[in-house]
Amino acid sequence: MWTWFHKLGSPKWFYDISGKLLNFMAPVAALLLIVGAIWGLLYAPADFRQGNSYRIIYIHVPVSVLSLSGYYIMAIAGAIHLIWKMKLAEIAMRSAARMGAGLTFLALVTGSIWGKPTWGTWWVWDARITSELVLLFLYLGIIALYEAYDNKVSASRACAVLALVGTVNIPIIYKSVDWWYSLHQPATIKLTQKSSIDPSMFYPLLIMIVGFYFFYGVALMLNMRTEVLINERKTRWVQDIVERA
Amino acid sequence: MQFESFTELWHMAGHGPFVWASYAITLSVIVFLIWLPVQQRKAFITEQKRLQRIAAHEDKSSNNKES
Repeated sequence: MWTWFHKLGSPKWFYDISGKLLNFMAPVAALLLIVGAIWGLLYAPADFRQGNSYRIIYIHVPVSVLSLSGYYIMAIAGAIHLIWKMKLAEIAMRSAARMGAGLTFLALVTGSIWGKPTWGTWWVWDARITSELVLLFLYLGIIALYEAYDNKVSASRACAVLALVGTVNIPIIYKSVDWWYSLHQPATIKLTQKSSIDPSMFYPLLIMIVGFYFFYGVALMLNMRTEVLINERKTRWVQDIVERA
Repeated sequence: MQFESFTELWHMAGHGPFVWASYAITLSVIVFLIWLPVQQRKAFITEQKRLQRIAAHEDKSSNNKES
């Protein structure tokens, strides 16, 4: 029963399977993002209150959602690394930190650009926005912490602990629009109740969210594959790949 | 289609700069996140190939000395 878990820890197995997955996931990601962006920019109707500026939603919401769910991936990988000393989990954690920093940066920048025509300001120290900024510092902190150690074993362990402690921030970000008075609008998509967004605007958003998840998978695996090669450079199979390249 | 012409699409009734800037920045970060590991992989392969060449060369010269 535990064979799959050990296989998952095998760098070569991961390298082979992710190569196959990428062939399928990369075109799907590109297709979804292109279709979603064109639909959202050209065909979705303008918002009756915000006009055309709301079209930023098609990137702001997917990157924000991923900046949070990517944190779970990083924290869970960190926990697996701490408990089972699995090298592949450590690689996943560091790759997820890099992805998370990029996506959280995008969430803040697109939100800020959207805020200007909508709220009349680029930035407010509001609960949602401030907690998202803390998230960016957590991701950057984990990247910097790893670089700060010469001993990479201690470095990855310290990063995993920081990732786990930082999980506290995630429910704060989720709940910030309900707990505090905030400029940021509450969630428009709800799983349990009727969403407060028209289907003509919702379908392209859904396509973009799924597209960004695929992009995340693709970029995360690309990062991990490079790290796996570097880590396993002394092994026969990596030297074979180098020879064939 | 929501816009009559390219100019209208570009301006988006005054919101064009905000919308297009968001999409442009997002595209560049997406490209960067893909480019970075691909670039690192290339650098790694080049470096390892160099090391393999050095190793092969040393093998040869040590063989020559023996014979």
